[in-house]
Amino acid sequence: MTDIQAASRQLAQAVKKYNADYIEARLEESQRSHITYRGKELESVGQSTAIGGNIRALVKGGWGFVSFNELNDLPHRIELAVKQASLVGKEESKLAPVEPIVDTVATEQDNPLTIPLAEKKQLLDEYNDIIWRTPKLQTSVIAYGDSHKKTIFLSSSGSFIQQQRTDITLRLSAVAAEDGEVQQAGLSLGSRGDFSSMQGLRREVEEMAKHAVELLSAPQVKGGEYTVVLDPVLAGVFVHEAFGHLSESDFVYENDRLREIMVLGRKFGSPELNIVDSAAMPGLRGSYKYDDEGVPATKTYLIRQGELVGRLHSRETAARMGEKPTGNARAINYQFPPIVRMTNTYIEPASASFDKIIADIKEGVYAKNWFGGTTSMEMFTFSAGEAYMIRNGKVAEPLRPVVLTGNVFTTLNNIDAIGNDLDMNQGGGCGKAGQMPLPVSNGSPHIRIRHCLVGGK
Amino acid sequence: VENILAQAKKAAEAAEVFQVSSEETSVQFEANRLKHIQTKQSTSVALRIIKGGRLGYATTTEAGDARSLINNAVETAQFGMRAKFELPSPTTYPHIDILDPTVESTPIEKMNQLGQELIAIITGHTPDILCEAMVEKETISLRLINSRGGQVSYRKSIFSLGIMGSLIRGTDMLFVGEGQSSCHPLTQPREVADVVLQQLELARNQASIPTRQLPVIFTPRGVASAIIPSLMTAFNGKTVLEGASPIGKRLGQPVFDPRLSLWDDPTLAYRPHSRPCDDEGIPSQRTPLIEQGKVVSFLYDLQTAALANTKSTGNGSRHGGLPTPSPTALVIAPGKTPFDEMVSDIKEGLVIEQLMGAEQGNILGGDFSGNVLLGYKVESGKIVGRVKNTMVSGNVYQLLKEGIAIGNQPEWVGGFLQTPHLYCPRLSVASK
Repeated sequence: MTDIQAASRQLAQAVKKYNADYIEARLEESQRSHITYRGKELESVGQSTAIGGNIRALVKGGWGFVSFNELNDLPHRIELAVKQASLVGKEESKLAPVEPIVDTVATEQDNPLTIPLAEKKQLLDEYNDIIWRTPKLQTSVIAYGDSHKKTIFLSSSGSFIQQQRTDITLRLSAVAAEDGEVQQAGLSLGSRGDFSSMQGLRREVEEMAKHAVELLSAPQVKGGEYTVVLDPVLAGVFVHEAFGHLSESDFVYENDRLREIMVLGRKFGSPELNIVDSAAMPGLRGSYKYDDEGVPATKTYLIRQGELVGRLHSRETAARMGEKPTGNARAINYQFPPIVRMTNTYIEPASASFDKIIADIKEGVYAKNWFGGTTSMEMFTFSAGEAYMIRNGKVAEPLRPVVLTGNVFTTLNNIDAIGNDLDMNQGGGCGKAGQMPLPVSNGSPHIRIRHCLVGGK
Repeated sequence: VENILAQAKKAAEAAEVFQVSSEETSVQFEANRLKHIQTKQSTSVALRIIKGGRLGYATTTEAGDARSLINNAVETAQFGMRAKFELPSPTTYPHIDILDPTVESTPIEKMNQLGQELIAIITGHTPDILCEAMVEKETISLRLINSRGGQVSYRKSIFSLGIMGSLIRGTDMLFVGEGQSSCHPLTQPREVADVVLQQLELARNQASIPTRQLPVIFTPRGVASAIIPSLMTAFNGKTVLEGASPIGKRLGQPVFDPRLSLWDDPTLAYRPHSRPCDDEGIPSQRTPLIEQGKVVSFLYDLQTAALANTKSTGNGSRHGGLPTPSPTALVIAPGKTPFDEMVSDIKEGLVIEQLMGAEQGNILGGDFSGNVLLGYKVESGKIVGRVKNTMVSGNVYQLLKEGIAIGNQPEWVGGFLQTPHLYCPRLSVASK
């Protein structure tokens, strides 16, 4: 194995010697394993190791970036990054100042890759058996993956940070079929490396499989506007798509019109609405001590009492907007430069109980669990894994999965009840600019949205 | 690579080593200005073995460390799937032109100029638009050898040009965009720009649309976002083998409109998804999937084909893991109806250019439901403006069953699909 320690020592000296406003390097060493099942059979099992790094240089406001997985000839790679940045740069470089940091951060979890494959397989076999006990089941997919990554970040301003992180994901889905009709239900879980949180889910897996079969006879909702209640998992996806992405400053900082729209103090929701992004919350999939620019993680209020009060920054977006860096620059791996990303994003709990939230809904939709979500900033969609009609204040018959859509400037304002039961969903992965899936978590209590547009027949 | 194979042969009954190296340079623009230049070098080696009749698999970026790669593969082979296939023995491959050396030698200055020209055309039309653009060149080298003597290697060049523009007025946001790629250097920014200019023209005004069943035209980009995800899943041999494809048992039967034909084609010259063989060393072929509305074939890799008692169609692709059946480039045969004729046929309806979130529903069952990110209202045979806050929902199998009209001007979308416009007489539309 090439030693990233040795390479980092060489780089720490070298990055100070070039004619650039700023140079940083990231070196990574990672191991992964995966086990997937399709149907009753184990389909694929594999292990991988990777090593690589990158150099990023800033010259007169222009960036050069070079990534590689051959760790030889590092001075040449620095030269190339500086040369590229010089070709681009025509103005003044701006980076929010941060103190140089020298630190070593150990993982709080054991490395899941040290758990024998046989033990992981045994757990998945157990879940697959539960799925296949369900009648009318056509097929199933189980995908387990874990990783352990060691990163060294260093910069021309003297930072030298070593961090480790572990990550586990488990996705299960059951597919039921009858008379040419195919329906599916899924479960998506994740953890910051704690294998035990993947255990003990027999009941959830059983319910998922039964739900897939139940959907075969469920009706499709009629398309139109409804009062919609979202469970904490789906409301978490909603807050991520509906508002989180718009608060990523790289969309905003060079766009004067967006800056006018996203002016601090603008009212987006009721005084009960508070939205937070925090990598500083420990133990979640979006948690870390330092981001990929070596900036300490923070807790950032995006919306407080319904008003826009903050946004997520890299060092460059913070400097160009005259705000403080928030430590939200993240890269999915060494092949990419860091960009502004969410971490753990959530709606803070208020006081309403679930029963109270649905009590006065005559006809509405209760949407649970997530299937996906995407945004174009103004308009966004998110899809539920499960959906039910609400009739006269009670959860009624199951529906086919629904896709919901909204508009950021109206939908947040239409949230008129926020529950008391915050829960963080760890099963998500976020995609942006080709960097996917980035580990994030998101959460919320139950929320109620008036006039939400639901796709249907 | 030879060394890894030689050592792996001693540890297993069969072995295959797959190496990919790539060099990629991209010039990126933000807010109409040059912002980043990036170069990426990467190499990875994947080892697949059959040991005790079971598949083992491992990958590494460190080709020099054969021992841990082999140990990792051997460890996984204890649990791996039973291998039902044999690795291919030496064979001949079709000659497919996918390398143009002038891609690699295109200077960064030229790429920069191309991006500047593209942005200048768009901002010349709409001065207050902000564009992100990317000009990218890549050269990929691939080598595959196996313990039965099978071996192949090839190089491929890819050049891409893409742009995304955003236009914000008040709280109204319009996003337009287009991208093209080829194995040749792209030299005509005008072709990409024209698609974007048309989007800007058609979206100039806003229009509202009622909530009900309406006729809908999918542009080539609309087809890609609404219809293709379901078809890709349904024609995947693995989905068929599991019994989860709605068309799995309908081979030879008419399922779609008789005017509809679809095939997978990795043999087209200088297309970015073309290749002489798949990632298991099976020669490339054109595979018909729908012929005049009939289901005629599915896509297979070696293992899936063996389990289904058929032959690989040369569609084993690796996406960082074991090979799995995947389309290369899908082609929908053009029909006879000009786009203008489709529009003039509609009293009240919708043109869909981009559907957001359509792949988030039950795509296995063919359902799609999404927000019309970019789409236009048709009134009395004319496009009158952009619609917003609108969802459409439907089922691909019902939609393509009959009565559709097929456009006569196919276009490439994202390099992986060539399709004309599709017209469907009735689709469910919900709007605010």
